[in-house]
Formats: sequence, C-alpha cells, structure tokens
Amino acid sequence: MSEPDWGLRESHTFDRNAIAYIRRAASTGLYRIRGFGAKRHIPNFDDLLLKGASMSRYPLEGYREKCRTSVALGTRFASKPIELAIPITIAGMSFGSLSANAKEALGRGASAAGTSTTTGDGGMTNEERRHSKTLVYQYLPSRYGMNPDDLRRADAIEVVVGQGAKPGGGGMLLGEKISKRVAEMRTLPEGIDQRSACRHPDWTGPDDLAIKILELREITNWEKPVYIKCGAARPYYDTALSVKAGADVVVIDGMQGGTAATQDVFIEHVGQPTLVAVKEAVQALIDLDMHRKVQLIVGGGIRSGADVAKALAMGADAVSIGTAALIALGDQDPAYQTEYEQLGSAAGYWEDYQSGTDPAGITTQDEQLSNRLAPEMAGKKLANYLRVLTLEVQTIARACGKSHVHNLEADDMVALTVEAAAMSGIPLAGTNWVPGT
Amino acid sequence: MTTAAGDNARIVDLAKLSRREANTVLQSYNGTSNSTLIRVLNPAGTHALACGLDAPLAVEIDGHTGYYCAGMNKHANVAVLGNAGQGVAENMMSGRVHVHGNVSQSAAATAHGGLLVVEGNAAARCGISLKGADIVVKGNVGHMSMFMAQAGCLVILGDADEALGDSIYEAAIYVRGRVKSLGADCVEKEIADRHCDQLASLLEASGCSGIDASEFRRFGSARELYNFKQENIGVY
Repeated sequence: MSEPDWGLRESHTFDRNAIAYIRRAASTGLYRIRGFGAKRHIPNFDDLLLKGASMSRYPLEGYREKCRTSVALGTRFASKPIELAIPITIAGMSFGSLSANAKEALGRGASAAGTSTTTGDGGMTNEERRHSKTLVYQYLPSRYGMNPDDLRRADAIEVVVGQGAKPGGGGMLLGEKISKRVAEMRTLPEGIDQRSACRHPDWTGPDDLAIKILELREITNWEKPVYIKCGAARPYYDTALSVKAGADVVVIDGMQGGTAATQDVFIEHVGQPTLVAVKEAVQALIDLDMHRKVQLIVGGGIRSGADVAKALAMGADAVSIGTAALIALGDQDPAYQTEYEQLGSAAGYWEDYQSGTDPAGITTQDEQLSNRLAPEMAGKKLANYLRVLTLEVQTIARACGKSHVHNLEADDMVALTVEAAAMSGIPLAGTNWVPGT
Repeated sequence: MTTAAGDNARIVDLAKLSRREANTVLQSYNGTSNSTLIRVLNPAGTHALACGLDAPLAVEIDGHTGYYCAGMNKHANVAVLGNAGQGVAENMMSGRVHVHGNVSQSAAATAHGGLLVVEGNAAARCGISLKGADIVVKGNVGHMSMFMAQAGCLVILGDADEALGDSIYEAAIYVRGRVKSLGADCVEKEIADRHCDQLASLLEASGCSGIDASEFRRFGSARELYNFKQENIGVY
C-alpha cells in the first residue's frame, strides 16, 4: 500500500468548490448569479425503479398493443381544455433569457410532438405564437408585455407564483441581455438589469388570487385553462391552496428546475427535491378529492422517459421540461468546445446563461450568436427528443401492463435508497418500509 | 344620483344579471364612440366588473365595485360612481377610468396606457409597476405608491405616504402636498416647462381647475440602482 500524498489531501469541508467560492466572493464582493440549475447531488428519480410485470401482472405486447399517452389539461372549469398528445410539456422560458430563434424552435419542436410550450417573463412574441400549436401564456409578477389580446390568443394561462430554482425569489435579466427589442417589450431602458418582483402587484395570498383568476376568466370568456405554478417550497399546502384559489392545473417545480439567472446560493440551497414535490402535491389532491380532476404537472430535473414514467406513476398527469429542452436544441454542444473553453467553461458544464455569451446561440440576445441556431433544425431535434421520451414511457408502461401511461401507479415502483423512499413515499426495495410514515 | 348617462343609456342591472352575463353584455358591445352609454346598476361590490372591455363605449357603474374593476381596459370610458376595490384599472391599455370615490390598493397596477382619475384617496401601491398609463389622484396616496413604476405618470393632489416611488424606473410622480418619505432610488427633480405642460394637460384631462402646475414637486429615478453593483448593497 502506497503512502498517501499528504501534500494533496483534499478537505471534504473546504473542497475545491468551497475554496473557489470563497476566493470569488472575496474578490468581487458580490454573490454569483448564474443559470442552469442545481448542481449538487439530490435524491431523484434515478433512486426509484419500476418493477415491470411477471406472474402477478400481464405486460402488453411492446409493438402491437396500444399504450396511449394523451392528456387533457384544464377540465375543471375551462370550456376549452387543452388536449396534448403526450404528457410532456415545455416549461416557461422568456424571450429575453432566450433568443427569438430559440423560442421559435421550442414552439416548432413542441408542436411537432403534439405538446404545448410556454411563454415567459417578457411577454409573447409573434414568432412563438405562430409556431406553437398550443401556447401557455404566463402571468407573472412583472407583467412585462402583458396585454388582453395576447391573453385571448393564448391556449391557457399560467399564473406564476414561483419556480423550482428559486421559490420565493423574483426574476432577473441582466443588462447584457437587454436588447432594443427586449427592452421595448418590457417597457424599460436598454442595458439595465431588469428585476422581476417576487410577488404579484395586485394580489396577495390565495383569497386574492381566487378573485384574480376570476378576472382572468371573465376577460377570456371562461375558455382558457388556468394553471398555477409554484416552486416546491411547501408542496402540500401550495397545491391545496392553488386548488382553493381555483386552478384548473397545478404546476409544481422541484429544486432541480433550471433558471436563466439566479443567485447560486438560491439555486443550490432553497426549495425541495422534485421527488418530495410530486409526493406532497399528489397527496394534497387526493385529500381534497381533486386528483385527476385538477391536473398536476411536475417539473424539475426531468431528463428521460424513465423520469417521466416515474413522475406519472407517482400520480402526476404530465411533466414539464426546460433545461432538457434547451440541451435538445443544442445547448452544451461539444461542437462549440473551443468557445466554451474561451469562456472558462466546457461543453457539458456551461452555466452562464445570464451572460448572453452562449456559444450555442440559445440563451443570448446577441444577433451573431443567436443566428447560429436554426429554428427549424433545432425544433426537429426537440421533437425527436420528445418522441424518444414518449417511446420510453410507453415501453415502461407496457412492461407494467398499462394501456395508458396514466395507469402507471406507485405500486409499480420501489425505492433504491432510504432517502428516496422517505421523500417519494415509495417503499424501500425488498421491504414495505416508507420512512416517516 | 344624477348621472351623465342620461335617459337613453342601456341598462345592465346586476340585481337581475350575473357577473358573467353583465360582462358578456359589456364585452360584446362594439361601440364606435364613447357616446355609446351603458349604465350598470346594483354593482354591490361585484369583483371583476367591466373588465376586458375592448371598444370605445361609456360605462357608468352606479355604486361601489370590488376587485379589478375595468381590468385590462382598452378604449372604454368607465366611470365608477362610488368606491373601487383592489386593482381598479389594473393593466389598463387605453381609455379612461374615473372613480368618484376612493380606491383600494394597487390602483392601475402595471397599466400600459389610458388615464385613471380618482376623486378621493388611493390606498397603498397606487401605480405599482406602472408601464405607461397616467393616474391623477385628487386626494392622498398610500405607502409604496409607484413601486417599480417603469413608465407613465402619477399626479397626487394631496399627500403621499412613505416610500413613494421605491425602485422607480422612468416614470414620473408629481405631488402637490407632503411626501412622508421617498423610497429607494427615488429623488426630487427639477420641473422644466415640458413637465409643467404634461402636468397641466393631465390636470385638465382629469377635471381639475384652478390648480397651477407650479404648486407641484416632481419625483423620479436617480437611476443609481439600474445595475447590480457592490456599492448599492446597502439598499438591497
């Protein structure tokens, strides 16, 4: 056995990340603002397994027997609920944080795959509306670009209370990304840091929100499904109060959810894991006898068809993806490795969405960079990715004997770790044990 | 109460119609001028009344309204002959909303255009996140009025409570009375001729006579917080 190299013995407490963080803070005097999402390890869907079928369950024939994937959203109050072909939606991301080409590509990809995309904190662009068969219009605290015409030409309205990367925090778009068009859409000067408030300007709490939703429904003739989106702070109560406030659809976003620009300390240390978010939200709906009556969309770190299947099996009606959709468009592309390196990063590590210097041309307003992203091709890639996710969910669902992906259930799963069992409410494999119950 | 609507006004009576039915009547009216008159009777604090209007018609509401009266108004001229609840004329795009009593919190929040006139007082956060509309309050305004206001103008004939104009951007505030305190990054500014013209125009449009622009002080952004800088940490 060789002697340890005491000269290179790394501290677990003051590891290289901690030292770099302290050195950066000491050098700048400002906290770090960045994009992407949490990079720390968090128990997640990888810590659950599907059981499949054998003697006690009949599987469906993989290529011959139907396994449906459609989902209806907004069946509670809206006269025109949304019908999606797949239970995977595109999360809200703003024009401003993303280029117009990227927004168009998201619309193209989502439409080709039969699902919805969502506006963001900056209003609705014509490109996005034109290329999105089903478009959800976010109603945010900033109300940048909000107007009744766009509200009426949307297919659904999402009242944003918070997002997984920063529950309790407002938005931020740094001056580097405030082009003339972005500034005009937001009624603010070019080049300034645009803050979005963390609370809505004209309602506080669920009692007020119920009246706000009433107003939105009156303006849109009670046609549009109204979603309420919350970051996973206290998912049980957030969900229950959203139902009380009149939501057709509740969107809960776990802490693995991405962001365009947020304080690093917020991204890594505030919010709850997606596993917890799904479990608590579903429980709240069940307790109110609203499960499957008010639909639940879950976001935050969804990557694969397996993740989708597990979220659905826990009781979600659909999932939303943001970061994964950007990667499908071309974010983190190794073809831009040299440029990532020039920016002090590498393909696969890039997190400076806030800077506007994205080599892939997605999280930028720089014309030259954004022209690198061809919306049609990027949209095809996103559609391909969504199809793969869907095929994977179907594969898993058939193996569990389900003719609709919504028939997946908690009993189809086991947890691999004690932590995941406690967070998800799924028993630890080989036991009936759910810690904390 | 005598109203401007006169005898030829069409009547929408909330004692007989539901909110949805009343709003459907109002929203379906494709008036071509503000001479199209609709009188709304028995509002009784109804929420979300006369919201989403999108035509040049005149609506006269005979009593008090609840939250979000005339929300997202476009083109219409809405008069409330009483008090209005929270968020009156929120996100108004154009037109005019005239409240003859007092208004609750967040009046004209995020409004992009048009004019809100309040004969009485306005509660907290009047003009919050304003995006281009004009507001004239003939009484006093509550705390944090014009918080994060981006564009547009608030004229206050009475007093302003604390933290006026906190984090204001390019909007303007004119105050005739006292200001309890200014919010972060809000400072008093000189009044030039063009400001006097703007003020005189708004006073005239809101029916204020005998008041001279020179009686007002102007407030706006110091533009010190427009970018996130270490030296501003003390105010965050």
